[in-house]
Amino acid sequence: MKAYDIVIIGGGPAGLAAAISAKKAGIESILILERDQELGGILNQCIHNGFGLHIFQEELTGPEYADRYIRQVKALNIEYQLNTMVMEISRDKLVTVMNREEGLFQIQAKAVVLAMGCRERSRGALNIPGFRPAGIFSAGTAQRLVNREGYLPGREVVILGSGDIGLIMARRMTLEGAKVKVVAELMPYSGGLKRNIVQCLDDFGIPLKLSHTVVDIKGKKRLESVTLARVDEKGKPVLGTEEEYSCDTLLLSVGLIPENELSVSMGVEMDSVTSGPRVNESLETSIPGVFACGNVLHVHDLVDFVSEEAALAGKCAALHVLRKEDEGKLAEIFPEEKENIRLVAGEGIRYTVPAVINIGRMEEELKVRFRVGSVYKNAFITVYFDEEEVFRKKKLILAPGEMEEVELTKEKLEEFPRLSQIILRIEEK
Amino acid sequence: MFDYDVIIIGAGVCGTAIARELSRYQVRIGVLEKEEDVCCGTSKANSAIIHAGFDAPEGSLMAKLNVRGNEMMDKLSRDLDFPFKRNGSLVLCLNEEDRPKLETLYERGIANGVKELKILERDEVLKLEENLSDEVSAALHAPTGGIVCPFQMNIAFAENAHANGVEFYFDTEVENIEKLEEGFAIKTKSRTFKAKYVVNAAGVHADRLHNMVSTRTLRITPRKGEYCLLDKAAGKLVSRTIFSLPGRFGKGVLVTPTIHGNLLMGPTATDISDKEGTNTTREGLEEVLKKTAKSVKNIPVKQIITSFAGLRAHEEGREFIIEEAEDARGFIDCAGIQSPGLSSCPAIGEMVAQLLKEKMQLKEKESFIFTRTGMLNPKDLSLEERNRLIRENPAYGTIVCRCEMVTEGEIVDAITRPLGARSLDGVKRRTRAGMGRCQSGFCSPRTMEILAERLDIHKPEVTKMGAGSELILGTNKDTLEDKE
Amino acid sequence: MREINLICINCPLGCPLVVEMEGKEVLKVTGNTCKRGEIYGRKEVTDPTRIVTSTVRVKGSKEKTVPVKTSKDIPKDKIFSCVTALKEVEVEAPIYMGDIILENVADTGINIIATKNVYSG
Repeated sequence: MKAYDIVIIGGGPAGLAAAISAKKAGIESILILERDQELGGILNQCIHNGFGLHIFQEELTGPEYADRYIRQVKALNIEYQLNTMVMEISRDKLVTVMNREEGLFQIQAKAVVLAMGCRERSRGALNIPGFRPAGIFSAGTAQRLVNREGYLPGREVVILGSGDIGLIMARRMTLEGAKVKVVAELMPYSGGLKRNIVQCLDDFGIPLKLSHTVVDIKGKKRLESVTLARVDEKGKPVLGTEEEYSCDTLLLSVGLIPENELSVSMGVEMDSVTSGPRVNESLETSIPGVFACGNVLHVHDLVDFVSEEAALAGKCAALHVLRKEDEGKLAEIFPEEKENIRLVAGEGIRYTVPAVINIGRMEEELKVRFRVGSVYKNAFITVYFDEEEVFRKKKLILAPGEMEEVELTKEKLEEFPRLSQIILRIEEK
Repeated sequence: MFDYDVIIIGAGVCGTAIARELSRYQVRIGVLEKEEDVCCGTSKANSAIIHAGFDAPEGSLMAKLNVRGNEMMDKLSRDLDFPFKRNGSLVLCLNEEDRPKLETLYERGIANGVKELKILERDEVLKLEENLSDEVSAALHAPTGGIVCPFQMNIAFAENAHANGVEFYFDTEVENIEKLEEGFAIKTKSRTFKAKYVVNAAGVHADRLHNMVSTRTLRITPRKGEYCLLDKAAGKLVSRTIFSLPGRFGKGVLVTPTIHGNLLMGPTATDISDKEGTNTTREGLEEVLKKTAKSVKNIPVKQIITSFAGLRAHEEGREFIIEEAEDARGFIDCAGIQSPGLSSCPAIGEMVAQLLKEKMQLKEKESFIFTRTGMLNPKDLSLEERNRLIRENPAYGTIVCRCEMVTEGEIVDAITRPLGARSLDGVKRRTRAGMGRCQSGFCSPRTMEILAERLDIHKPEVTKMGAGSELILGTNKDTLEDKE
Repeated sequence: MREINLICINCPLGCPLVVEMEGKEVLKVTGNTCKRGEIYGRKEVTDPTRIVTSTVRVKGSKEKTVPVKTSKDIPKDKIFSCVTALKEVEVEAPIYMGDIILENVADTGINIIATKNVYSG
């Protein structure tokens, strides 16, 4: 049986960054398993620019961003296997995989990094009524057809969902000759970047209808029209506000869901808000030695933060392996284990990653990432150590579409030896 | 002078079950289907359950054929290699006042010949199913109730019929039927078929065909049933099919696991006029959620992956019409096949075949092939067998649909086997590729590619469900024009 | 004097900017919260530019397209001329990231370059 110190499930941006970081932390034996025919994951079809501002201080396209990491993986001689599907992972990290050349086989890992990414929510998840003709695509499927294959899925397009993928596809379809008639958004605000609203919609005169949803779909073979209606505060369509748009294509950009079927089947404890695993400061799941990062952990808006997070997961996976191999070394890295401190998503906060912190294992600084539940203007991000406020920062704007972060330092935490929980809150005053 | 001895119109479960049963005999059979594949109408959108048989009135044809169809299912599913399971069903009584209705159902079931029926008290019911409503006071338990894959059953009938010499014509809509001196001329867009006998198994369209040859008009009303299908993660919420008694809230809806492990809820019942009106409605889907919540607790509605609607061929008399038209001898109706049509279809096949055998004095073939081997499902193989398979055919080593873990090998098989898939939906019904939680988001571009390769067509010609449902409408920049 | 309304793209705040202009001269930018808003407002009304990304067809590879971009931002009103100029372009694999696919696209003085390696075979 093959055996590796670290097996990384997925060769997208998260898997690549995790592998590079694990290698740099001193692990030689690493294997990336990728189901597609190339490394880079979904970035390969994200041909628009805007990636990498945070990490490289320049604007790259998706394939260019991926290439920076792929080159490093190759330069570091990290092994990877393409066209290889992970079928199952057991609790004791026996990874069952399949490909055309070797069939089904198993790989034993000492540590596993979950980096499978996410999938798009489908029409069913919204229970949109109407017919089910050809012409209804998730934005990502359309992106693949247009950007990788050169095919236009349709000529007259309505888009539901104003997340970044929906906005980007509005521009892509327009520039390839399609007419995008309208983008509808269920929420009273767009989940996408302002820049994308301006440069993908306004530049081309595409209207954005906030607080609108699709209430009917017509066409028995190919899509003929969709009907939009305004929704009330509860998201229910308002009678009498229906407007029918003739179109041959409906693109859905209605949210992403971490793809955790493997994690669930191996018994990893899940977080019902993120749909990703619950992790600690090391991005380690409830199964020791199994780490998670990127969109499989929680859906990100910027790939830069995926890379950053994955680098931490890769490093911690490396430490896990080293710790087992060399107990002496361990003493240096992990002076002493303390009890876990719970992170609590207080008012206005939907979730935090990580969910628990072990001070003994945390690095000097730890980024806690979170999302807010609605739009706030001139509000404060606050952090409480039990009852005591330790951090307060004013933000001009906070929106659910933007991942936020606060940094905790080990030094500060150590000032509170009996700390049991850390609470994050949004306070309007 | 006759193209066929018997022409069957409609390749749903009834038409193909009849074709299969009739193909035992020395007789030339053609099946005409207006869609591009088998299983495109009522057969593809229903509850996918095999009723025990306590619903239909005692002595009715429905009761008889349901119970008989149910009995045939074990052997048939083995012979024809389609998935079927007797998971049992429970009719819940949520209100002590309704108990007499439960008892009526029990007695009717006994009279209809349903075996092993039993009324269970609250505690016994909750022992069987822990997620039922707290209000359960009793339930009728029918262990013979089952679940089936209607697509696979339909495809199995068709493939086996085909193997026994039945010829299928797809995209062949019947425009008119003329009664001749002897037999019938059946006009379609491409050609006119002549046959001695016609079997009308056209589902919701059966009235239109019947009325072409008979003055005793039939009227079939499409009765829409809307459903929600949930992720496999929710499939274990109940293990039996859960009905509720028709009661204060009108006709009950069911909650059932599917044979593939999803959870299915529905149907509503609304009479409509459009015979192709398979659209779901907001009201309908809300009704499904509201009603099912009364019988089963904690339904994770967030896990709905798709919703759909099917049309039952409702006939006023609420009885199956399986007989020769009185004023058009040789024209056999198989009409008004609403619920429990799926459960009854094997028995309907038997009955129609018997009827024609007697009329035509048919002789059995010696060479009748009574078994059919379904598509190879690598998941059923041992590790060694699966690896041998991949060595022989590497396509079985590549996963195309990651939600349902369907390999390229299976998709190729679905397309290239006799009566194979010609569209994305055809592949989906045969392999489940695209039927999972992402609803074909990831796999459809690749499946389209395989379809194009194997059917030797260009990718833009690939359809979702036959002509008019093309998935790609152009190439990049094809309409951009240089203004200079 | 005329007023042009814009939405600032620098952060999620999306300040509604009002740019007052006299001829081609910017008199004043209001509605911004920070300096970045003013800079954006001035540029957007006097010299709006965009990076354009697209694809062109590929021969001699199992890949069907290669993604491309303008090597620098081009005037906003040249976006459609730019993509239209790519309509008939077909390139032969192998292509490497950074390869010039089309020079001086739509007379902008800017080149179209490949953003992905596409290998032959």
